[in-house]
Amino acid sequence: MSSPPAAALGRFSPRRGLRRRAGRDEWIERAALLLVAAFLVAFLVLPLYALLSKSVAAPDGRFVGLAHYATYFSTPTLFRSIHNSLFVAALSTAITLALAFGYAYALTHTCMPGKEVFRIVAVIPLLAPTLLPALALVHLFGNKGVLKDLLLGHSVYGPIGIVMGMTFAVFPHVFIIVNAGLGLSDGRLYEAAAVCKAGRWRVFRTVTLPGAKYGLIGAAIAGFTHAFTDFGVPKVIGGQFDVLATDVYKQVIGQHDFEMGAVISVVLLIPALIAFAIDQAARRGQVAMLTTRAVPFQPKPNRIADALGFLFCALVAVWIVGLIVAAAFASVVKFWPYDLSLTWAHYEFERYAGGGWRAYRNTLALAAWTAGAGTILVFFGAYLVEKGEAWPRLRRLIQLLALLPLAIPGLVLGLAYIFFFNAPANPLGGLYGTFAILVLSTMVHYYSVTHLTASTALKQLDREFEAVSDSLKAPRLKTFARVTVPISMPAILDIFMYFFLNAMTTVSAVVFLYSTHTNLASIAVLNMDDAGELAPAAAMAMVIVVTSVAVRILHVALARAIGRRTQAWRARGR
Amino acid sequence: MEHLISRIATGMRVAGIAALAAIIGCATAAAKTELTIYTAYENDDLKPYKAAFEKDNPDIVINWVRDSTGVVTAKILAERDNPRADAVWGLAVSSIGVLKTQGLLVPYAPKDIGSIPAKFRDKADPPYWFGNSAWIAAIVYNTVEGARLKVPKPETWEDLTKPAYKGQVIMPNPVSSGTGFLDVSAWLQAFGEAKGWDYMTRLHENIVRYTHSGSTPATFAGKGEYVVGIAFDVRAARVKEQGAPIEIVFPKEALGWDMNAFAIVKGTKKLDAAKKLADWAASPTAMKLYGETRAVVAIPKYMTPIKNLPNDLDQRIMANDFDWASANRDAILKEWTRRFDAKSEPKKN
Repeated sequence: MSSPPAAALGRFSPRRGLRRRAGRDEWIERAALLLVAAFLVAFLVLPLYALLSKSVAAPDGRFVGLAHYATYFSTPTLFRSIHNSLFVAALSTAITLALAFGYAYALTHTCMPGKEVFRIVAVIPLLAPTLLPALALVHLFGNKGVLKDLLLGHSVYGPIGIVMGMTFAVFPHVFIIVNAGLGLSDGRLYEAAAVCKAGRWRVFRTVTLPGAKYGLIGAAIAGFTHAFTDFGVPKVIGGQFDVLATDVYKQVIGQHDFEMGAVISVVLLIPALIAFAIDQAARRGQVAMLTTRAVPFQPKPNRIADALGFLFCALVAVWIVGLIVAAAFASVVKFWPYDLSLTWAHYEFERYAGGGWRAYRNTLALAAWTAGAGTILVFFGAYLVEKGEAWPRLRRLIQLLALLPLAIPGLVLGLAYIFFFNAPANPLGGLYGTFAILVLSTMVHYYSVTHLTASTALKQLDREFEAVSDSLKAPRLKTFARVTVPISMPAILDIFMYFFLNAMTTVSAVVFLYSTHTNLASIAVLNMDDAGELAPAAAMAMVIVVTSVAVRILHVALARAIGRRTQAWRARGR
Repeated sequence: MEHLISRIATGMRVAGIAALAAIIGCATAAAKTELTIYTAYENDDLKPYKAAFEKDNPDIVINWVRDSTGVVTAKILAERDNPRADAVWGLAVSSIGVLKTQGLLVPYAPKDIGSIPAKFRDKADPPYWFGNSAWIAAIVYNTVEGARLKVPKPETWEDLTKPAYKGQVIMPNPVSSGTGFLDVSAWLQAFGEAKGWDYMTRLHENIVRYTHSGSTPATFAGKGEYVVGIAFDVRAARVKEQGAPIEIVFPKEALGWDMNAFAIVKGTKKLDAAKKLADWAASPTAMKLYGETRAVVAIPKYMTPIKNLPNDLDQRIMANDFDWASANRDAILKEWTRRFDAKSEPKKN
């Protein structure tokens, strides 16, 4: 027997084996990428295109170029709303970001008591339709409100009310991202800082802030676009202060001018494009915060810091819970403010518009389906974008598309779905009027924040995990299932919860899409408020809140159980 | 393994039964015609209307899609290329007029059309729509806040322009609310164009807010947020019944109104069933039902007294030219927006 030729030897070299493995991984990766891209194209890009083509067409479909845009920019009433929207969105974002950062910092960097409670309270606004804080503000700060004097004679109906309501509604959206960024910091940096005897402020400036930078930028983007496009708060409490989102509503619902509605939607899209540019810039400077060698940060007790953190969180918590309590009160009072005796009558929903308790069951189903399907899609999509290697351009495109829904008011998305899915020639037309289209639109509507959450978590995982598994010839899918998913379990649970809770409360995207058999509780709130039945509206909102609180408590218990199994490596010295 | 196979078998059996059930379900459903009806009626009305119609027409089933007037209209316009609704039943005529102008309706004269007064049906023959019940402009005055703030009870539209009412009047925005539009349309028709706009300009000085929803002024005046709300009859009566300290005023100069109407949507695949529903919606049985919750019904003999409302409202309402209102709707709203929306920065007080 002669020795094998060099070529044959080469076939068994580790390098060759590695490449073959990578080939199969790549094939799977490409198929998955195409799947995610196809979803975003079919349920985001094409409907938007159908809507936007309305902005350059006459009602009969004739192409009219930029004529509608010329009308828009020469009408001061419409044009002024851009300034209004920018103003309230910027102010709300600044306030919310400061509050959320302080809140998350206290949660992650102090040993204050009551963290579990504060963590639940932080996401309470997610549990309520945005109409709820507005309803509560009317009762607290309106002309007959108990706290009216705090406004020093200013009216709550206008920018003040919008910013107050928006701070409540946007808080959890911002908090979740900031907290994810602050939660995964490398304890070794703090130990090093302690060794160097760096002061608390210096540590904050040189370690904490840079580490949380990406989360802060992402949160600011999410907060701003959310405040910029929300329509529930300004609709109820905005008074005469017009913003772009209410303008879309007025044009479409009031004047049936779909073309002008489409023009305003285009204007609303601009911040998202700017946000994307900022995100890309921030991304270039971002390095993995959590390397394979990282150890989790454990705050040490410090009486003053703990007390201050507690005080700060308590103040924010009182504001959040206070608004809920005000709404709860409004829902059980017989006739506010003249007859304050208590009654459950407003909870007999069959008497009012909106579909009663069946709508509530539909809402539960919608939330479960959206959360299940949405979490899988979003996390897988984010993983492919962050950790994948195939087709960089397609991955960048997916990243862009993933951020897009943040800038699209639900109302606009809902309309876009009608135009696209109800077109006679659309092969997907069978979806129209079904329960599935509610699920799909809700998944798309809340894609951005969940995607940002997933990529923030994934960004902090060192790429070495993949490199190591490649050198061990482990398939990527296995690494994904055995390493990435377990490490990211808290983030995945957060995403699931975010989808679930938003689906419970969403109104604007589905208001054009629900049909006889698929009415929703959140739409019932809108319908009852619109019909002037404020108390039953508050009551249905409270039913949503209570359900969501129960689900949220379940989540915390589950997170703790899963955390014990998958996050033990984060805790040292146990 | 065996366990797995038996589980799969069970699963298939269940799926088979489900499929069979679905087929049977389809077969029984096929015997009945399902009508998709878009409506803006109050929720309380839907169940009795559906039950009564289906009792008389056991082969037809009604599926309601209920929403506010604006949303229903926007939905039908958006679906124009592929209509989903078979008919609209209970939509404002000012909105139905828009659908008619855009060619989205089928004209049809129901059997009892002769008994419906001319002011309650479309002028075309056969008519594109017929009305069944009206809602009427009303001023809601909060007696408690009025006494506290020394704001007297208004009796006329003109009263509302007096200085005493500055910052205390709330009305729906005609751009987004059908109730707001019926007020504006009534003032323009009754006072004439020039005087109508002049009146609104003076009224605007006292208006604190134009609301998106037509129900909000009654609610807010009822809750004492403001003293006076420009509202409509049924909502005002309901707020009063809930315990609000209010009085309901129907100004004599011009009592505007709009009505809930019925129309068949062009493109329906169930035209025969839709026509049967039209016949029924214009029948005495239906008129009696409308009369139970509405102050004014198309055929006056079916009216019954409504708590907190006068019985002679059908005599008080003005002659309303709905064709004129529909034809000029866009122009009126444009002018209104130019005059009043442009000044709508929040007031400093």
